[in-house]
Amino acid sequence: MNRRRFLQQLASWLVSLGGVGAIAGRQSATASVPEHPETKRFGMAIDVDKCIGCARCMEACKTENAVPPEPFFFRTWVERYVIKEDGEAVVSSLGAPTGQHMEVAEEKDRLRSFFVPKLCNQCEHPPCVQVCPVRATFKTPEGVVLVDSTRCIGCRYCIQACPYGARYLHPETKTADKCTFCYQRVTKELLPACVEVCPTQARIFGDTSTPASPLERVRRMNKIHVLKAHLNTDPKVIYANLDGEVR
Amino acid sequence: MPRFLRNLPDPALRLVIVAAVVIGTVVVVYRALPASFRDPDRNIQATIEREAGKPIRYAGATMCATCHEEQAAKKQAGYHRDISCETCHGPGEAHVESPGDVKPPAPRDRRFCPACHAFDPSRPMGFPQINPVTHNPMKACIECHNAHDPKPPTVPGECAACHAEIERTKSLSPHALLTCTTCHEVPEQHKITPRTVDASKPRGREFCGQCHSVESKVTGPPKVDLAEHQVKYVCWQCHYPHMPEVQR
Amino acid sequence: MMAETVERLSEVAKQVTGYVYPNDVEVQWSILIVLYPYLTGLVAGAFILASLVKVFNVKAVEPTYRLALLTALAFLLVAPIPLQAHLGHPERAFWIFLAPNPTSAMAMFGFVYAWYLMVVLLLEIWFVYRKDMVLYARQTRAPLRWVYKVLSLFSRDVSEPALQFDKKMVKGITIIGIPSAFLLHGYVGFIFGSVKANPWWSSVLMPIVFLFSAIVSGIALVLLLYMIITPTRGEKIDMPCLDTMASYLFYAVIVDFSLECLDFVHRLYESEESIKILSALVFNKLIVSLLVMQVLLGMIVPFLIMVIIKLWNIDEELRKLLYFVSAILIQVGIFSTRWNVVIGGQMFSKSFRGLTAYKMELGGIEGLFVAVAFLVLPFVVLWVLTKLLPPWGKPEEATAPAAS
Repeated sequence: MNRRRFLQQLASWLVSLGGVGAIAGRQSATASVPEHPETKRFGMAIDVDKCIGCARCMEACKTENAVPPEPFFFRTWVERYVIKEDGEAVVSSLGAPTGQHMEVAEEKDRLRSFFVPKLCNQCEHPPCVQVCPVRATFKTPEGVVLVDSTRCIGCRYCIQACPYGARYLHPETKTADKCTFCYQRVTKELLPACVEVCPTQARIFGDTSTPASPLERVRRMNKIHVLKAHLNTDPKVIYANLDGEVR
Repeated sequence: MPRFLRNLPDPALRLVIVAAVVIGTVVVVYRALPASFRDPDRNIQATIEREAGKPIRYAGATMCATCHEEQAAKKQAGYHRDISCETCHGPGEAHVESPGDVKPPAPRDRRFCPACHAFDPSRPMGFPQINPVTHNPMKACIECHNAHDPKPPTVPGECAACHAEIERTKSLSPHALLTCTTCHEVPEQHKITPRTVDASKPRGREFCGQCHSVESKVTGPPKVDLAEHQVKYVCWQCHYPHMPEVQR
Repeated sequence: MMAETVERLSEVAKQVTGYVYPNDVEVQWSILIVLYPYLTGLVAGAFILASLVKVFNVKAVEPTYRLALLTALAFLLVAPIPLQAHLGHPERAFWIFLAPNPTSAMAMFGFVYAWYLMVVLLLEIWFVYRKDMVLYARQTRAPLRWVYKVLSLFSRDVSEPALQFDKKMVKGITIIGIPSAFLLHGYVGFIFGSVKANPWWSSVLMPIVFLFSAIVSGIALVLLLYMIITPTRGEKIDMPCLDTMASYLFYAVIVDFSLECLDFVHRLYESEESIKILSALVFNKLIVSLLVMQVLLGMIVPFLIMVIIKLWNIDEELRKLLYFVSAILIQVGIFSTRWNVVIGGQMFSKSFRGLTAYKMELGGIEGLFVAVAFLVLPFVVLWVLTKLLPPWGKPEEATAPAAS
């Protein structure tokens, strides 16, 4: 065999290796644990008209999931919107040292005002999973996006990639952290802590793989929105009665 | 193959050897790793199990009733029926596991209930709200309201008990001195089970015309000729009745 | 550790304006991540300058050829270190190679980097210096002798056919090396440009802008090094070489400036939703670093200087001064560019309603002192490399470097 044939064979090997690698990689980019027919699909709906901004959900989440109590690390939080007569939206966050404070506008100025709970949207096409260099974050068969804190190298790329600000770097473990739908609860037929303690059922949680889930009525009776729909992340957290000013 | 190698210039041959050694080492090390290391999904399954095994702190709404049947039944009949016990009593799993040793707190302080019930302009309409400073300031909330059946001791006389935002807005407007019942008929049942029976709302321009039409005998309010003024619309399309400033 | 983080964030929170998602208060990528595209940019730029000699036969810049290669290597060796230092768990970094996520630009970049380092740069330098290493091995005593023997892979053949082979390989590797250098730094641009969540980063132009600003900074760096090192060696600066480098720098600046203008005009014209917060970002947080340092000092002033040199006959001494000043300004400008991309992109919240602040500490692994150390380190490595593999003179003539 001469040099030219050798190089040609080598080149074709490399190309096919690369092709195989790319295809194999594509398939295992998301969860590759095989799906069973009885696998659940978890989803959450938020009815903005019901939220009273009591922040019970924020407290319960921090308690249940041992999230650092400081106001810079949240798996879920509640935003307050006050839209004034002139159309300007004034936004603040409950319990966080950012944004303007409670009494933001006089009665005369207030046109609309409401609370919006926020959390990880558990996207169906999660940009965070796409960018993680070591596959520390992934989607489970139920659709929940988890972080492997023993694999995460703390590069923070996922935090940059999340359009919703749902992720943070845990200051103690130095790994990325976020809402997991209280995975330890929902896999035992319990509700996530935030849903459990919400006094007004502003948060509704259910298994959308069954035809009769608690999300049925919400999805049927309301106009449904998702946050940042134009980014095509396909969130599994849907919002009913969401105002156009909400980002 | 060997002839090809023999024909290579000396530097290239050395490089090929080095490359072979490097690649060979990488391959050998890679294969020497435990199979589980090389499996890309090993960490996925382990993480799922680890996350699913994390400790639980909130027991869940249905757990409390198994022992505390009386309170659960009482709550089931009242306004707080849809609130989990743990919303007010905090995480209860520790108590479920060793009921004798761990007791969840029962909030008794006046500062607890306003977390939900203090007036806040962003709260949805119809949610019962009070001003914690002025509402029976020397009493604990639970003196008049049983937390498991928080019916107020008397039927609220003022609409402001639930419609505080409207009341505050109206109080700054030209309609401040009008009572709610001037425009709304309120069946008594609405004050007891608000969501089953609604108060009425005015229909038609003539209602507002009772005071605001040029033909009205009432003195004081601005008058307008209803036959000419924006005939296509009802009044409240442009004038918010609780703050009826003229459009700028 | 956590208390420090919390204290720092409490300070930052006081400077937050508007509404910022609570998790967005903390700026995640620090100055270490600003360093990285700056250092790899210099690598790509220096290599492109070197490739002008071998592939495009620009003989005028031949005096800087070897220096450019060594510069590229020095910076390439140091560049991953700030990345490692930034990681929350640097001890787990090997997972990027063991179980990479093929959809992650960051993971795939590890392989691009390794390819460029081993197959392009090291290989090219080896072929360029092989003859010298063989000759140095003959001329020196142990232990340095063994260093050269190992480096040359114990080769001894310096016959004409072998040297011809070396030359051919160098040309071939450089040809592969040019797209590889493009890929190296374009990829870094893609790491930012592919983040759809961030409108300051998300852009098709990002890899191209990164690449051309890399070329600008790399050529300017080699120009600076040449201007500083040559007199210290007692040699005269080769003016045609300098003028040619400055010319190519000029062309690169034109392209880079045009691309930045295009980005700017395009954003303003389309005026998408993010324009409000991005304008607030530029005019509240980036006035000095962007308008003054990146655009005015880093681009416009050097550009005008070079236009003046092109149009008028400037005498040699003044030209040298102007080149020097331009090259320094360009370094400042390109560093500011990296700062504005990395830090700027994190100073506004994804809520599009508020701005946060970046509080750079002095000490600590992500502080200013460490950053300066990482900026100085490549020059130290370069010094060692130039001692080991001198980029000038002929080994048969001069005495080999003394054993040190």
